[in-house]
Amino acid sequence: MNRQDQPTRRSALATAAALGVSVSFLGRTAYAAADGALAKKKLIVIICRGAMDGLSVSPPVGDPNYAALRGRIAIAPFGEKDGALKLDSTFGLHPALASVHRLALAGQARIAPAVATPDRARSHFEAQDVLESGGVAAYGVSSGWLNRTLQAMAPARKIEALSVGTQAPLILRGPVQAASWSPGGLEGRDERLPRILADLYAKDPLLGPALASGLQTQGMAHAAAALAKAQAAEAQPMTGAGAAQSDAMVAAASAQGPANPRANADAAHSMGATVARFMTGANGPQVVAISVDNFDTHANQGAGTGLLAGRLSALDSLIDGLSTGLGTEWANTVIVVSTEFGRTARVNGTGGTDHGTASTALVLGGGMKRGGIIGDWPTLQQAKLFENRDTAPTLDMRSLFKGVLSEHLGVERQALDGSIFPDSQVAQVAMGVTA
Amino acid sequence: MALPNPSDLDAAIAATRFGLGARPGEIEAARADPRGFLKAQIRPEGADQPQGDLGNSARNLTVFESLRKERKELKAEDAAAELKQVQGQIREMAIEEMAARGRLAAATPAAFRERWTLFWANHFTVSAAKGVVAPIAGAFEREAIRPYVFSRFETLLLASSQHPAMLLYLDQAPSVGPNSRAGASAQGQRRGVGLNENLAREIMELHTVGVDGGYSQADVTEFARALTGWSVARGQGGAGGGGFRSQDRGQPGTFMFRPLAHEPGVRRVLGRTYAQDGQLQAWTVLKDLAANRATARHIARKLAIHFVADDPPPALVERLQQSYLSSGGRLDRLAETLIDSPEAWSPTAAKFKTPYEFLVSSWRVSGATPDLDNPRKFAGSMTALGQRPFSAPSPKGWADDAAEWASPDGLVKRMAWSEAAGKVMAQGMDPVQAAQSALGARLSPESATAIARAETRPEAFAVLLMSPEFQRR
Repeated sequence: MNRQDQPTRRSALATAAALGVSVSFLGRTAYAAADGALAKKKLIVIICRGAMDGLSVSPPVGDPNYAALRGRIAIAPFGEKDGALKLDSTFGLHPALASVHRLALAGQARIAPAVATPDRARSHFEAQDVLESGGVAAYGVSSGWLNRTLQAMAPARKIEALSVGTQAPLILRGPVQAASWSPGGLEGRDERLPRILADLYAKDPLLGPALASGLQTQGMAHAAAALAKAQAAEAQPMTGAGAAQSDAMVAAASAQGPANPRANADAAHSMGATVARFMTGANGPQVVAISVDNFDTHANQGAGTGLLAGRLSALDSLIDGLSTGLGTEWANTVIVVSTEFGRTARVNGTGGTDHGTASTALVLGGGMKRGGIIGDWPTLQQAKLFENRDTAPTLDMRSLFKGVLSEHLGVERQALDGSIFPDSQVAQVAMGVTA
Repeated sequence: MALPNPSDLDAAIAATRFGLGARPGEIEAARADPRGFLKAQIRPEGADQPQGDLGNSARNLTVFESLRKERKELKAEDAAAELKQVQGQIREMAIEEMAARGRLAAATPAAFRERWTLFWANHFTVSAAKGVVAPIAGAFEREAIRPYVFSRFETLLLASSQHPAMLLYLDQAPSVGPNSRAGASAQGQRRGVGLNENLAREIMELHTVGVDGGYSQADVTEFARALTGWSVARGQGGAGGGGFRSQDRGQPGTFMFRPLAHEPGVRRVLGRTYAQDGQLQAWTVLKDLAANRATARHIARKLAIHFVADDPPPALVERLQQSYLSSGGRLDRLAETLIDSPEAWSPTAAKFKTPYEFLVSSWRVSGATPDLDNPRKFAGSMTALGQRPFSAPSPKGWADDAAEWASPDGLVKRMAWSEAAGKVMAQGMDPVQAAQSALGARLSPESATAIARAETRPEAFAVLLMSPEFQRR
C-alpha cells in the first residue's frame, strides 16, 4: 500500500462517525509528570448503544438451556463452524471477537456475563441515561460519572475534556468543561470573527464558554493532526485499504446505512489506532469514551455471521486497534465495554431479540491478572430468568465501574459512593476486577 | 434607550419563536395582530407540501428495490463504475427530498405552520439511518404527517403507525402472531417466525403515553400481539416486508393487513380488553392510547419544551394538557391554545436553535439560499453540523435542548458556516437593515453595534447570524 492510501486521522474519524462510532476524551493538557504511577493509568469506556445482546457476545454454549432458547440465532458450540471461541466449560466469545479472545487467552480480557444498571424500564433512552449519569433512576443526575470521576481525582489540577463528535455524550458532561471536536468540512478563515463574537458573548453563560472551548480545541486538533502526520511518515501503515475512505464515501455510508462489514471493521481498527496514538502523544488524554451504535437487533440478528456479527467485528477491530496501537502503554490501560441493557433470552419471531435486562460487559487491560468470569452466572433455567424472559442480573453495573475506578485509577471509596455514583452504597465495589 | 413597544416585541417573537425566522417584511406583517397572524396559518387541510418530483412511498420503495437488486448483481460482477452510479442514484433521491423540504421552509409565508409540522415529524421519527427507510423517510413525512398536523392526534397516530416507513423502521412488517395461521403452520414453525415488539413499545414510550405512562412489559407484549398482521405489501418478492414470499395482491410498498399473521384472541392492554377481530384490534388500542391522559401530558410537555423552554413553565404544560383533553386531541385547538398562552410570549428567548432551524432562519434573512442551490453541499453541511435531515440517530428523534446542540464544536462549525453564508448574503442586502428586518425589537444594542462596526459586509452578516439573539428564538 502506498503512502497516499494511508488513512489520515481526519478521514478515519469521519469514516468512523458515519459508522455510528464516536469518541470522547477526558484528559489534561497541562500535566505534571510528578504525579506517580497513577498518572500513567489510562481508561477507555466503550458504550455499545442500542442494547447489545450479551448472550451472543459471550454465549454460554455450555448452559443446557442456551441452544433451545436461542434457536436459529444460537452461536454454535466450541469447535464447530462459526462456533463460539472457548473461554471455559460454559462460556465462549462470539466468533467475530477473535482479538478479544486472543487477549482473554493471555489473561488480558474477562467477561461479566450478567450485569445490569439499576434501571428496569427496558427503554433505551432511560437506561442509557442511568448508565452514563451513574444515577439510581433516569434523569435524576444531569452530569456524567466519568466527568465527576476526573473532578474527584484531581480537584486542584487543570483538567481538560475533549469529545469528538458534534454532541458531547452524557457520560462526559458535567462540572469539568468538555470541549468537542468533530471531523467535518466546515472551517472558517476570518480571524477577526472569533474575537468579535467572544466580545459579543462575554455576558452569555451558554455561548461564551462553549465558543472559547471550541476554538481552543480546534487549535489542539490542528496541532494533533500535524503531529499525527509527522508520526505517520515514520510509522507503519495503520491498516488495510478499506479504511482509506474519503469524505464522499462518508456521505454515501450515512445515506445508505451500513456499508460492507469488512470496510466497517477496517475503519474501526483505524479509528482505534488513531485514538491510541492521540492518547500516547504528549499531553494526550487519559480518559476516553467511545460510543458504538446500532446494537438494537430486533430482527435478523444472525448467529455466527450476519447483522450482529458485523457490529461485533467492528467492536473487535476497534479494541484491537486500541490495544496494539497503545504499544507499551497497553500495560497501563483498562478498557470497559458496556451496554444499557441486554436482550431477551428467547429468540423472537423475526430472528432477533427484544429489550431485556442483564447483558455482558467486557473488561480488558494489558496489566490485568488472569481471572474467571466477573460476577455470578444465574443460568438460563426457566425459573431463573428475570420475569421469565431475560438473563437475570447478578451484578450491578455501578459495582463493576467502581471496581475499575478503585483498582485501576485509585479513586477513593468516599468519592465512589458519594459524588461519582450517588446513593449507591447498595452497589458494593466489585473486587479483583483488574488487579 | 426606550424599551421596545410590546407589540413590536410580540411581532418579532411571532416570526422568530413560533415561525422559522423572519423574512424581510414578515415582522411588519405580524405587527398589527401577532396572535392573529399565527392563528391564520392553522388550516384543516394541514401543512404545505414540498414541491418536486419526489414520488410516493410505493414508487420510491419499488425504485429502491430495483436499484438494490442491480447493485447486488453488479457487486457479483465487480463492475465498480456502474455500481458507483447506482449508489449515487439512491443518494440523489434522498438529497432531492432534503432540498425540496428546505426550499419550502426558506420561502413559506406560513412559517408557524411549517414549524408545527416539523415538530410532529420529529415526534414520529423514522430515520434513513436504517437502509430500507432511506428512500421513503421523506415520503413518510409528506404522506403520514403533513396532511394531518391540524387534525385529531389519533388521526396522525394512525397514519404514522400504518405507514410503510414506520412499519419497516420499527420492525413491525415481519411480526407474526405465534398462534396465527402463518405462525402455527409447519412452514412458519420451521422458519421460526413470530412476534416483534419494537413498534408496540416505541408507540407507547415515544408516541403516546410516554415512558412514565404506567405500562408494563405485559402491556407492550399484548399490544405487539394486537399489531400482528400490520405489514407492507411486497408484490412479487418486492421491497422490504421481511420474510413474506407470497405474491401480495396489494400495491407493493403500501400498507397491508395480513389476516394469516394476526394473533387470534382477546388482548388486554393497560387494563382494557380488546375483543375485536383483525386489523380493528390494534386500531382500537391506538385510539385508546391517543385518548389517554398520560398521552395528553406527554405531548403537552414536549410542545412546551419545543416552543418555549428546555425546562418549560408548569402552567403552560397544564394548559396545553387541558386543551388536548377537552378537545379530544384536536391539534388545531392545541395550536390555538399555545398561541393564546402568555408563557409562550416571554420576552426572554430561551430556546437555542437546532442546526436545521439555524440554517433555515439564515436563509430567510435575505432570501439567499446558497446551500439549496447545491443540495449535495447542503447535505454535507447538515451532516457536519450533526443533523442530516431524515437521519435522526434513534426513534426518539432529534434532541430539542441546548445541552445537546450548544456544544463547542457545534458553535465553531456554525461560525464557519455563517462566514461562508455571509459572503453570499452580502451581495443583495445591507446588513444593518437585514438585522432590523430579521430580529426587529429583539435586536440588542450590542449586536447592532457589532454588526455596524464589522470590517466588511460579509463579516457583518456572519456577526448577525452568530449573534446571541439570532442563535436563539
